[in-house]
Amino acid sequence: MTISPSSASTSSRTTTILGWLTVVSLALTAVMALVISPADVNMGDSVRLLYLHVPTAWLAMYVSFGVTTLASVLYLWKRTRSRFWDLTAGASAEIGVLFLGLTLLIGAIWGRITWGVWWTWDARLTTTAVLFVLYIGYLAVRKVPASPEVQSRRAAIVAIAAFLDVPIVHFAVEWWRTLHQDATFLSDRRLLDPQIGGTMAWTLFLGVVAFTLLYCWLMAHRFRLAWLEDRLADRAMQVAIDERRAEAVQS
Amino acid sequence: MGPRRGRQAMWRDAALVAGKDLRVEARSRVGINQVVPFALLVLIVFAFALDSDRNMLISAGPGLFWVTVMFSGLLAIQRSFVIESDDDARDALRLSGLDGAGIFLGKAGAVAAQLALLEVVLTLGVIVLYGVELRGPVMLLLTCLAATVGLAAAGTVYGIIAAGLRVRDTLLPLLVLPVLAPVLLAAARACEAALAGTPADGWPWVRLLFVFAIIYVTFGVVAFGPLLEEA
Repeated sequence: MTISPSSASTSSRTTTILGWLTVVSLALTAVMALVISPADVNMGDSVRLLYLHVPTAWLAMYVSFGVTTLASVLYLWKRTRSRFWDLTAGASAEIGVLFLGLTLLIGAIWGRITWGVWWTWDARLTTTAVLFVLYIGYLAVRKVPASPEVQSRRAAIVAIAAFLDVPIVHFAVEWWRTLHQDATFLSDRRLLDPQIGGTMAWTLFLGVVAFTLLYCWLMAHRFRLAWLEDRLADRAMQVAIDERRAEAVQS
Repeated sequence: MGPRRGRQAMWRDAALVAGKDLRVEARSRVGINQVVPFALLVLIVFAFALDSDRNMLISAGPGLFWVTVMFSGLLAIQRSFVIESDDDARDALRLSGLDGAGIFLGKAGAVAAQLALLEVVLTLGVIVLYGVELRGPVMLLLTCLAATVGLAAAGTVYGIIAAGLRVRDTLLPLLVLPVLAPVLLAAARACEAALAGTPADGWPWVRLLFVFAIIYVTFGVVAFGPLLEEA
């Protein structure tokens, strides 16, 4: 039995439109970041790296891992338990790990230019590195073979255990040492009076929007792929059962 | 069964399981013959790596101590679930009708007891080999208590997740070490503060260790039953 081409595709009209929106907004971000926005007084041109660094961090840490945690909770809660949430959690974590890796990489390059070192044991960096490894562990657990239900529940519990660790790690390393600048937007003092202004703020904002769109687009495809894989496995099982049954009827 | 009886049963089951695990450990002597020597060996290897410079060993002492505890703790946790996988003892445990939370508390308690013993030996090792002088006993004791409970609780939760898998030996460290990162950090800093005679710097860390321990004990009590069902 084969899956018909139309149902085997992970794209639809909506995702195509979303994909184009993403491309356009990313292109706009690139133009804003590289051409229109000015070089920073202190950092020079290296500031342009931050237009990637901040949106990737936003996408990975807040959006992706937030969705993974929420989906895991919804999976564990009996009234909303469904395969949908498990696949959502897994797809989101994969995207999150990828973009957190990018965040660390871009951050390291920026740090080398600005601070003169690739890595420093500052609070934010350390927390992020631990977070990165925590979610790699989560993905490893997802890959451990077991029956689908066992696998899903185990993964959901690991996701929540990892999430519980995040604030503790955060406080621990925060006290340990801090060199990274404060949150640009989300600290209470800065919310009404952001440190950066004008074109720079707009570029950053556009970057965040573009990467959020990118997340949605990747998520739609990754989720559907997982869903199709799931269906394929079910179907293979069904085919095998039918064959055995046919044999039994013949003999 | 009322909540009161339920709680009593939980503690009784915990004592039963802890007693069983500790008896198995005491009779197999794997802990004494292998884990403790391994821990001392790690202390010695650190000294080699750091060029046995006495001042450096003293200043790095707390960190090395806790790294050693963590690695040896991993072995203890793995042992705690290996004894369950022989002869399908885990199935027996599942069918025993013991309270899931009780089993968790028992297993974590047994691991914590072994770790505490190990910490005593390692403390002697640090004093003898690195020349560290003990100061601030109250803070050291509280740090050890909270860190040990936290280590054992978080380790037991992940131990059951990895138990019974072919990849458990490699999966467990990958899962546990990042989760334990704050324990390592906090315990090392608290011990440093105690040894340096500046306890004021250490108390926030001790508090953090207690918070960690409480969170993971609670999480284990809630999650262990379902996890055991499918391990």
